[in-house]
Amino acid sequence: MTVSTAKYDRRLWLSRIMMALSLISAVIGILALAIILTTLFQRGFAGINAHVFTEVTPPPGAEGGLLNSIYGSLFMTGLAVVVAMPLGVLAGTYLAEYGRDARVAVLIRLVNDVLLSAPSIVIGLFIYEVMVKQMGHFSGWAGAMALAIIAVPVIVRTTEDMLRLIPDPLREAATALGAPRWHVISKVAFQAARAGIITGILLAIARISGETAPLLFTSLGNNNWSADPNAPMASLPVTIFQFAGSPYENWKDLAWAGALIITTAVLLLNIVARLFRNPEAKR
Amino acid sequence: MSVADEAPPTAPMNAVSRRFARIDSSFHNITRFAAFAVFGVLIGVIASLYLGALPSIDKFGLAFLWTNAWNPVTEKFGALAQIYGTFVSSALAMLLAVPIGIGIAIFLTELSPWFIKRPVGIAIELLAGIPSIIYGMWGLFIFAPVLQTMVQPYIIDTFAGVPILQDLFAGPPFGIGMGTAGVILAIMILPFIASITRDVFDGVPPVLKEAAYGLGCTRWEVLWNVVLPYARVGVTGGIMLALGRALGETMAVTFIIGNSHKISPSLFAPGTTISATIANEFAEAVGDMHVSALIELGLILFAITFVVLLTARYMLYRAEQRSGR
Repeated sequence: MTVSTAKYDRRLWLSRIMMALSLISAVIGILALAIILTTLFQRGFAGINAHVFTEVTPPPGAEGGLLNSIYGSLFMTGLAVVVAMPLGVLAGTYLAEYGRDARVAVLIRLVNDVLLSAPSIVIGLFIYEVMVKQMGHFSGWAGAMALAIIAVPVIVRTTEDMLRLIPDPLREAATALGAPRWHVISKVAFQAARAGIITGILLAIARISGETAPLLFTSLGNNNWSADPNAPMASLPVTIFQFAGSPYENWKDLAWAGALIITTAVLLLNIVARLFRNPEAKR
Repeated sequence: MSVADEAPPTAPMNAVSRRFARIDSSFHNITRFAAFAVFGVLIGVIASLYLGALPSIDKFGLAFLWTNAWNPVTEKFGALAQIYGTFVSSALAMLLAVPIGIGIAIFLTELSPWFIKRPVGIAIELLAGIPSIIYGMWGLFIFAPVLQTMVQPYIIDTFAGVPILQDLFAGPPFGIGMGTAGVILAIMILPFIASITRDVFDGVPPVLKEAAYGLGCTRWEVLWNVVLPYARVGVTGGIMLALGRALGETMAVTFIIGNSHKISPSLFAPGTTISATIANEFAEAVGDMHVSALIELGLILFAITFVVLLTARYMLYRAEQRSGR
């Protein structure tokens, strides 16, 4: 009697084909990243020179830089973090330390998830309604607030996750020594979860520094030098959007230079955040 | 077991413990206030969008959802083209990104040697970190011209005369349009699908896989009959999260979708999405009704992503229950 291997061969080949397809998928993913980064670096470096960092955005055809946009981005991102950090860390603390499995904590966790996945342009509309419309004009304040609202849920989420990784016996030990609750949280839990919380904040900064949509109609953009947060303020993403869509070659070059600056900053933040995360916290 | 809630003070308190108790309760209150502020933001978003959209809701009613009209001059607005574009571009993106994303997850969990696993994983996650405006620029300046000159004319010629397909791939080749937006969206959500799927696959108990291998299954049969059914709910949840991203994505789409308020069956034709319309028109909106209609678009988008998110969360929750964490 001969054993037919035809059926087994067919199964084996199907398996090999599917595995080859999965290998191809991985190659596609890597290639996409490689191609995007290569063109970004080529075009970006072609557009970068000393003027980019020292001069303000030029009129079409003239020489200029991105100084006002870089300043605006730094200012609004910085202000957003200053607002979002305490709010996010405290709310995350409530969820992890006080709320835990209480019904209200479950609800707030869900609400936080909704905000986390809300389209950023919707947040822009919200800030337009409550700030720009009330103040009567676009402003750097409004842009910063829009960014802050996008950063808060990111920080809440990571703070809570990181605090929850801290084993309870640590808290119980401190409590047994007579430490009051706020002491247990600030001196024990925060210390133990510090690296993770900082990671969350860095990731939040990375997330908001590339955001464009919420700034379009809150800070609007400004082609002159302006450090007045009460006036429309330039930002790198909005300038890129405006310049990339224009027909002027020098504006397009500046857009690529700006794109390179932002991407480098965001990817560096991502990498630094990854280095910060302690190994145990890795999910 | 959690730390006990504030123990009621028993012994007469001295000054220090009274101070501690005071700080304790104010700290508790501050954190609670912050948590409720998060809740307040959501209420604020919904309320302000609703109020802003009210004039448009009053004027157009529910017909706003299925009317195809967008004319700021005559103030006639209907969101059908935007809603259509939002769903079609996202559906295209899912069609491309789901198989490739799951493929990457299979590669990472089953195939790759350990020294490739980490770099590939990091590369995929970096893809998620690139700001969306960069994808938009890249799509407009690099990807669209390639499509326009090298890919689209060829596809249009090939399918000319084939029923259905000739409508789906009808010319002229603009480079930008609905299909291009779908492809760029697919690249953007790929990392989400890949990393969530990988995590879910990693959570499948090795015993199950070993048992299947022991019965003589091939690698693919183990994946198809054991890993995927086990991970189905979790993977679907991850896919829904990615779908939420795609639906709300603004800048990349604004660059490459062509911003036309016409509904066309062709994937090569320009279209628009809810977010792209808001991004393009809001700052220069003429008239209160135009602004209000744009805000109503935002409200619709928020409602759509809200439902998608709830579904995703529910599925991931069920997956978690099952894996017994």
